[in-house]
Amino acid sequence: MVRTKIAIAGEGGQGVQSIAKILVEAGYEAGKHVMYIPNFGVEQRGGVSIAFCQISDEPIGEPRYSKADIVIMLSDRALDRCETYVDENTTIVYDTSVCTRAPECSGKRVIGVDANKIANEDLSARVFNIIILGVLLEATKVLDIDDVKNAMELALGKKFNAKPELRELNYKALEVGMQLIKEKAGV
Amino acid sequence: MAYKLDIAPALPDAQNEEVGASKFCPGCGHGMVLKSLAFAIDDLGIKQKTVFGVDIGCCLLAWNYLDVDTVQNHHGRTTPVIYGVTRANPEAIGIAYMGDGGGLAIGAQHLVNAAVRGERMLIVLVNNTNYGMTGGQMAPTTLPGQVTETTPYGRDCDATGRPAKGAEMIAAIANPEKSYVARATISNMRKLRSTFKKALETVDKGGFAFVEVLSVCPLNWRTNNVDTWARLQQMEEYFEVKEFVSGSEGQNG
Amino acid sequence: MVNKLIKEDTKMFLTGNEVLAYAANAAEAEFMYGYPITPQNEIMHTWCKLLPKTGAGFLQTEDEISAGFSTLGGILAGKRAFTATAGPGNVIMQDAMSMAEMMRIPFVCAVMQRGGPSTATVIYAQQETRLTCYGGNGEGFRIVYSTAGHQDLFDYMIKAFNTAWTYRFPTYVLADGYQGKMREPVNMYDPASRGITMVPTEASLLPDGEIGKDRKSMHWRNTYNMEEELMEVLDEYKVDFEALEDKIAEYEEYKADDAEILVIAHGIVARSARTAIDELREKGIKAGLFRPITLRPLARKPLKEAVNRAKQILFTESADGQMAQMILEAIYGCTTPYSTLYKMGVGVTGGDIVAKVEAMAKQPATV
Repeated sequence: MVRTKIAIAGEGGQGVQSIAKILVEAGYEAGKHVMYIPNFGVEQRGGVSIAFCQISDEPIGEPRYSKADIVIMLSDRALDRCETYVDENTTIVYDTSVCTRAPECSGKRVIGVDANKIANEDLSARVFNIIILGVLLEATKVLDIDDVKNAMELALGKKFNAKPELRELNYKALEVGMQLIKEKAGV
Repeated sequence: MAYKLDIAPALPDAQNEEVGASKFCPGCGHGMVLKSLAFAIDDLGIKQKTVFGVDIGCCLLAWNYLDVDTVQNHHGRTTPVIYGVTRANPEAIGIAYMGDGGGLAIGAQHLVNAAVRGERMLIVLVNNTNYGMTGGQMAPTTLPGQVTETTPYGRDCDATGRPAKGAEMIAAIANPEKSYVARATISNMRKLRSTFKKALETVDKGGFAFVEVLSVCPLNWRTNNVDTWARLQQMEEYFEVKEFVSGSEGQNG
Repeated sequence: MVNKLIKEDTKMFLTGNEVLAYAANAAEAEFMYGYPITPQNEIMHTWCKLLPKTGAGFLQTEDEISAGFSTLGGILAGKRAFTATAGPGNVIMQDAMSMAEMMRIPFVCAVMQRGGPSTATVIYAQQETRLTCYGGNGEGFRIVYSTAGHQDLFDYMIKAFNTAWTYRFPTYVLADGYQGKMREPVNMYDPASRGITMVPTEASLLPDGEIGKDRKSMHWRNTYNMEEELMEVLDEYKVDFEALEDKIAEYEEYKADDAEILVIAHGIVARSARTAIDELREKGIKAGLFRPITLRPLARKPLKEAVNRAKQILFTESADGQMAQMILEAIYGCTTPYSTLYKMGVGVTGGDIVAKVEAMAKQPATV
């Protein structure tokens, strides 16, 4: 695919914009054309947070697109807010352990993952968004995991160096996310 | 018997001798304020580094009154233009010249914030208790019961509030260590000149200065000489004439 | 003098607001006056973060009124000063901008448009197009560059300073919240490496020389006593402004030579139009783009030629025809029918334009 259009939506504080930044930074480092618009409302905290990302082999024209190739929905409000970016070619991923219902729209396929539950029970609540990044990576297959790890180093390097176990935790979360979607895709 | 005056009146060097007769109304206080200011500029020898900004209202008529670099501004906006200049050129001594409307109404946020930030400038606020150029409307400083075009039955303080006391307000918020805040009056020209001198010295040392000058507007007040003087005395009772802050000179200097 | 940070060609992955701060530094801007308003805040943030390295100046003022007027003060003092704003801030800054227009002060401002009217959204729009071009109580003697992405932001921010200081009309970089907040790569360079020399600044207040010896004192006016006195001044300004069209008007065409349906769009919407045009061409529809880069002054001659060549026109913008109104006035006399795709305060996507042009191909415009 020449151009991949990605929307990630969740609640403020879930780390949506952080993983979008890592994602596009990885794309940029990999020599791809990238575009990222954070959707920002009036409030600093507490609104639905959406990241519009594009990763492409060719120069990107429109900064905002009508329909996404993949939409990640991480809360009930995100389900409602993001229907508009879905058409028959869209893959929808939503978190079954946060959302209280399934998305009503139908895309190419709808995948539920329980990243939040896994983060809380097996890893750490803080790496919930990194699990989602892993999911996204595996679902889109436009980027190499090493590029993403390099981008994580750029974003979180200082924290990693202060606490090396954090690096391992984040890598683990990334792997868990990728594994999660591999299993689901098989279903 | 008539005498020919063959000695030119003493004009301050900082006054623009090309202007000729003042454009202010007969009996207006602006000429006295400006002349005192020009003498103070002379006293300190700062003419070559002074930037003078005039506000809209009667102050605008001072746009070529002084022989210093001068800029006309919009109503209320002289303060930001002048601190824009002095921020960009720290050598400059900035003076913003405005009326009570320009300083205490439309430009009040600039006055307050310039004082709080300690902008390196002198703000001269000429208080004549009304908007002169627009025809004598109520100003923030209009005295209780004073008749203006928009208070034709006298200022009712219950409906329009009490007269604003600019110097007291600025004294409360300016940095006492680095500011000079005073109220002066055109009834004491010698004191007015020395007040301006102290204010400009403060600015020259990098501080903020505010001088409110009680002045007269006989045209809009519709007062003759005697009544004009009486009104000024009434103002001096309401608005206390004194130095409120003189930090750069040491304790209450 | 300020220290320039970009000494050799550097490719960076930044937000547009960050790009503008770097561009102002590359242009040797010495002072920024500003007031917080979304979506332009990161211009100030970046400018402030770079201050220890650049040695430039910054003042956070009490509102956009004072940001505008203190910028004028800084420029009158002879500094290459600028500001940035958006939305309601742009509204109240018009006060200072009209003083710049009257006094021919080389005021430079980046406008990152957000939704309007009122507080509306903090996100994106093209609804400050008319305000930026014609705001204030004057005639719109302003130069407005409408940018379509980060490279434009860098190039035109540099150019804005030179245009302003050469022609002494207020000059704008008109962008939007998407451009301000989005991240994409940009090639940054030292203008000198591209043969660009920054026009020297001069002080209007306290210029060199002693008053009474080398020069007279300056008395700068924006007020006139007589109507005729004013008109005489403005007539001169008008001659100067009209002469600008040949000197500085810029536009971009994309597949416009043989276009049957010509899309006219400015700013970031023109980028969506390019995406759409490629898709439409693949579908066999001969679409093309005319993008005015300078909205003031407009490149009227090439605009008219492109309009006359086409069979239909589509005006599209994230506003209710603010750009179209200016274009229609400029192409008065052309008979090419047109249609419109206006989305007030919302981005126009390539998909939107494709659908609209396909409909026009089936059912031609009649207006």
